[in-house]
Amino acid sequence: MTRTQLIRAALATTALTFGAGAAMAADSACLITKTDINPFFVKMKEGAAAKAQELGMELMTYAGKVDGDHESQQQAMESCIAAGVKGIMITASDTKAITESVRQARDAGILVIALDTPLEPVDAADATFATDNYEAGRLIGAWAKGKLGDAAANAKIAMLDLNESAPSVDVMRDQGFLDGFGVDVKDKTRIGDEEDPRVVGHESTSGNEEGGRSAMEALLQKDPAINVVYTINEPAAAGAYEALKSFGKENDVLIVSVDGGCPGVENVKDGVIGATSQQYPLLMASQGIEAIAAFAKDGTKPQASQGLDFTNTGVNLVTDQPVDGVASISVADGTAQCWG
Amino acid sequence: MTDRPDPAPPRDAADAVASFDLARRGPLAGLQHFLHLYPTMVPIIVLVLALAAFGALAPNFFSAFNLSLIAQQVAVVGTLAAAQSLVILTAGIDLSVGAIMVLTSVIMGRLAVDLGLPVPLAILCGMAGAGLAGVVNGLLVTRLRLPPFITTLGTWNVFLALNYYLSGRNTIRSQTLDAEAPLLKLFGARFNVGSAVLTWGVVLMLAVFALLYYLLNHTAWGRRVYAVGDDLESAKLAGIRTDRVLMSVYMAAGLICGLAAWSSIGRVGSVSPTSFQEANLESITAVVIGGISLFGGRGSILGPLIGALIVGVFNSGLRLMGVDVLWQLFATGWLIIVAVAIDQWIRKVSS
Repeated sequence: MTRTQLIRAALATTALTFGAGAAMAADSACLITKTDINPFFVKMKEGAAAKAQELGMELMTYAGKVDGDHESQQQAMESCIAAGVKGIMITASDTKAITESVRQARDAGILVIALDTPLEPVDAADATFATDNYEAGRLIGAWAKGKLGDAAANAKIAMLDLNESAPSVDVMRDQGFLDGFGVDVKDKTRIGDEEDPRVVGHESTSGNEEGGRSAMEALLQKDPAINVVYTINEPAAAGAYEALKSFGKENDVLIVSVDGGCPGVENVKDGVIGATSQQYPLLMASQGIEAIAAFAKDGTKPQASQGLDFTNTGVNLVTDQPVDGVASISVADGTAQCWG
Repeated sequence: MTDRPDPAPPRDAADAVASFDLARRGPLAGLQHFLHLYPTMVPIIVLVLALAAFGALAPNFFSAFNLSLIAQQVAVVGTLAAAQSLVILTAGIDLSVGAIMVLTSVIMGRLAVDLGLPVPLAILCGMAGAGLAGVVNGLLVTRLRLPPFITTLGTWNVFLALNYYLSGRNTIRSQTLDAEAPLLKLFGARFNVGSAVLTWGVVLMLAVFALLYYLLNHTAWGRRVYAVGDDLESAKLAGIRTDRVLMSVYMAAGLICGLAAWSSIGRVGSVSPTSFQEANLESITAVVIGGISLFGGRGSILGPLIGALIVGVFNSGLRLMGVDVLWQLFATGWLIIVAVAIDQWIRKVSS
C-alpha cells in the first residue's frame, strides 16, 4: 500500500465513523434541489434548515449546477443513502431518470419526498409536497375572466410559456389558466391544441425577462389587439410589460402570472401584473422535514391531499383588485409571505 | 469500363482530377473566387433571400415597423457579436462574452441602486469591470498560453458565479430603475424614423461595428489583428508583438461586452441575472453565419452584423408564420452548418 492509499483509507474510515456517529446522534435528512441559483430553492433551503434546527435534526443540502443537471442529483442521492439519512427531499431535474436512485433509497428504508416537482410516475416517491400548478393557473384564469366581465367573450389572449420541452409545470399552469378563463383545452396534457380563436398563440420565454419581452413582441406582431397576457412566471411577466410599453399598450392589457416571488408581488402592487398565484417553497420544505421527523419516530408516512395524488402546500391569488367568486389575498398579505 | 459512353475517357486518375478541375473553372470557380475576394457577399445574399422569402410567406413581415423591431431584437447579441468577431479574427474564441455582459449589468445595477453611487460612476465602474474581465482572459491566453477555448470556458463559469454572488440571484425591477437610475435604461429609449421604431441600442450596435470597421481596415492595429489570426508564427517573424495584439483584442472585447451590458439593461428593462444565458453561443452563431472564419484572419467585421440580422429575420419570420419554436432552432442550426461549409469551400481557392 502506497502512502496516498493509506491516507485515503484512513480518511475513508474516519468519514464512515463520523457519518455513522452523526446518524446515531440525531436523525438526519437530505435536501436536494435543482440548483442553488433560483431564489425559489434558496427559500426552500431556508425553510428546511429552520425546521430541522427546531426539531433537532441534521440537514444536508445538495444542488445541481444548472437546471437539468441530473448527474449531480444522482450523486447526491447516493451520498445521502450512504450517509444513512432517515429521509430525502428532492426537486428532481429529470423526473423519470431519478426514480432508479429513489427506489434504491426506499429499499434502504429511507422516506423519499418529492418537493415542488412530482416524479414520473408520481408514486415513485413516498409523498409529493407541491403547489397545485393547475389550480395556480386556474385561479389567474378565473380572475382575468371575472375582471374582464362581458369583454371576456371577445378577449385576445397571449400565452407566454416556459420552453420548448414543456415540463409538467409549464403544461399545468398553461392549461389551468385556459380552463379558468373558460377556454376548452381539449387534451389537458398538451399545450396549444385548443381551437378557441381567442388564443392568439403560445411562445417560449425561458422564464426570464429577455425571453418574456421577445415572446410578447412576437405575439403583438401577430395580433396587436391582445388584451390578456398569461405568463409562466413573474420575470417573464416583467419582460412582457416592457414590450407592451414599447408598443404603447401597457394600460390596455391585463397581465397575470404565477410564483409569488417578492419582485413579482411588488409588480402586482405597481400595477404591472394584475394578479399572481403565489406558491410557498418554504412551506414545502418545512412540512417535508416534519414528515421525515414523524416517519423517523414511528414510521408514519404523509398522506396526499383529498382528490389529488400529492400533498398540496397551498396557493393563493395575490391581487388588490378582487373579483367575485375568486378567492384572493391582498398585496400586503402576499408581500408578507413572498420569497426571494 | 469498356463501353463507357464518355467520348474521350481520361486515361488515368491524374488526368481525371485535372479534367475535373478544368471543368470547375467555369461559373462555379468564378463564384468561388468572387466570394474569396468579397466574403461578406455570402451573408448579404442570404439576408436578401431570407427577407424576400419571409416577405412573401409571413403576414405583417415586410413592414418598416417589423423590420425595425428585428433590429431592436438583435441589438444586444449583435453588439456581443462585434466583441466575439475580434477574438475569432485572431483564431481564438470567447465563450465568456455573455457572462461578462450579464455580470457587468449586475455591477452597474447594484452600484447605482443598492449602493446609491451616481449612475455615471456606476456605469464607469461596470465598464472597468468588463475591461478587467477581458484582461483576465487576455492574460491567461498570452501569459499562461492556455487555448482561448479552455480559458474562456473557465472564465465563463467564474463570471457566471460572480454574477449570482453579486446579484443575490435577484432581478432589479424596471420601476426601481426608472425611479433611481433611469440613465441605465438609456439604450432602451426609442425614436421614430418614419414608421420605423429604433432604439439607441440599435444605434450603439451600428456605431460599434462602424468603429471596428475603421480600426480593422484603416489602422496598423487592424492589420496586426488580421496578421496574428492568419498565421501567428509569420506575424511574429514579421516583428509583430503578437501577445500585445492579443491582449488588446481581449480587452477591447471585454469593453464592448460592457457596452452590450448597458444596452441589455435598456432592452430587458430590468437588471436580470438570469437573462441571456445563451448569448455567448448566439454571438458565435452570428459571427459564423456572418462569414468570419473560425480559423482566424479572414472575414469582414460587417459580416457578423449581417449574421445577427439573418438570425433575427429567421426567428421573426418563422414566429409570424406561427411555426413551432423548435423549427427556429432547426433553421439556425442549418444556417451555421451551411455557413461553415461555404467558408471551407471558399478557403480551398488557390490564390
